[in-house]
Amino acid sequence: MSGTQTTYNDKVVRQFAVMTVIWGIVGMLVGVIIAAQLVWPELNIGFLHFGRLRPLHTNAVIFAFGGCALFATSYWCVQRTCHTRLWGGPLVPFTFWGWQIIILLAAITLPLGITSGKEYAELEWPIDILITLVWVSYALVFFGTIAKRTVSHIYVANWFFGSFIVAVALLHLVNSAAVPVSLTKSYSAYSGVQDAMVQWWYGHNAVGFFLTAGFLGMMYYFVPKQAGRPVYSYRLSVVHFWALIFTYMWAGPHHLHYTALPDWTQSVGMIFSLILLAPSWGGMINGIMTLSGAWHKLRDDPILKFLITSLSFYGMSTFEGPMMSIKTVNALSHYTDWTVGHVHSGALGWVAMVSIGSIYYLLPRLFGKKEMYSTALVTTHFWIATIGTVLYIASMWIAGVMQGLMWRAVNSDGTLAYSFVESVKGSYPFWAIRWLGGVLFLLGMLIMAYNMFKTMAGGKTQDMPVIAPAGHHA
Amino acid sequence: MDINDLRSIITVAGLLCFLAIVGWAYGRSSKKGFEEAANLPFAEDDDQGAVPSASQPR
Repeated sequence: MSGTQTTYNDKVVRQFAVMTVIWGIVGMLVGVIIAAQLVWPELNIGFLHFGRLRPLHTNAVIFAFGGCALFATSYWCVQRTCHTRLWGGPLVPFTFWGWQIIILLAAITLPLGITSGKEYAELEWPIDILITLVWVSYALVFFGTIAKRTVSHIYVANWFFGSFIVAVALLHLVNSAAVPVSLTKSYSAYSGVQDAMVQWWYGHNAVGFFLTAGFLGMMYYFVPKQAGRPVYSYRLSVVHFWALIFTYMWAGPHHLHYTALPDWTQSVGMIFSLILLAPSWGGMINGIMTLSGAWHKLRDDPILKFLITSLSFYGMSTFEGPMMSIKTVNALSHYTDWTVGHVHSGALGWVAMVSIGSIYYLLPRLFGKKEMYSTALVTTHFWIATIGTVLYIASMWIAGVMQGLMWRAVNSDGTLAYSFVESVKGSYPFWAIRWLGGVLFLLGMLIMAYNMFKTMAGGKTQDMPVIAPAGHHA
Repeated sequence: MDINDLRSIITVAGLLCFLAIVGWAYGRSSKKGFEEAANLPFAEDDDQGAVPSASQPR
């Protein structure tokens, strides 16, 4: 067709990749601040207190950092494995600028206390509408590109990316249904326990599709590329995909154990959460075994270190998750810092590390360089990030189990053995260790930013030509 | 037949559908296609300039 068809659209990938690092720093900095606020309460200044900043942290790291990473990697992967330029023309830059405006609006409204109060879906209805517009554009671009592919197969990573896009659209539309009463206030379309169930159907599938399926798409492209060999078992990857699709949607009720939710619904949620262990580990083994026969590459390739370590953390947190969904375990763990530790073993260890590894893969290729400005700094980043993650989750495990045990301890006459504030007091040292872990992780991101800007300096930003179609297809 | 029968049928149909997918994935006929698909990321050299960690053959 026209001349524009001959190169890949790498500009949008470049934009999203750079913003991944920037938003990662912003989101993790807010995380470090709120961790410090728990250790030093006097840091809760004015309206910038923990309650206002915590949703800013979660939105920034999930949707700004994670979101930009997913846009960048999915746009790169879908073009490279469909052998065609992104479809959609002006829709493509709209997804970038629209997503950045959403992030800015979140950064303004959340500290001001403008929130719908739904966890991970706090943004008010006008922003929700903008999210819908951007997301529909994203879907059109992604599936439009798949539709005009010049190869017959749709590579498995694109199945994961595609399911992430479709599921997030569904979740967002259903959970954000609300009745607006003013420009900045709306009320949920659901009430009572139905509202709670819809919220956690959304909440858990945000984990399952935004934070898992999308990043598994990353894994299925970047692990084979960096390891230089195809995925260990393509068959397993197909079964992995469908098993996740069939089970994830039902796991949400485990967030509502021992609440007003009907008991059978809680049990269904628990059982599907336990079943999820199988596909999760199948996927993890598939990713790690891709390196089989090439383990030596792990020794001196820090990008591979990031990718494979992220899979180890994925395996760890997808073992921990099903265990915590067992009602009797949940009776101890729920509402404690154990949950926070579990989330961060997934968020720092899995989501952030697989993103960081993938972005390190992309950056030199996006800016016409042979490699990152400093591979030694990538290695430094890897170790700092790993130590930070381990400090974070280990301190939260200890704090969480301690809190759970203290809250349920009773004297022989049935009265509570500890007041709540005693468990707060006991948690202090662990919160300080958690803060230190967060500081280390943030420090790693700052090193990454320095390395990124050095790599970008004097780089060529020429789009690469699309591979010539092979003979056997139209 | 009340709504709960329908729900049970859908659940069982879902399971059967999944088992059919597993059967298909591990069947002989899908092997060649999967091999082609698995090699899609390697169809081109998008490593121009970048250090190809993919350089070493198995």
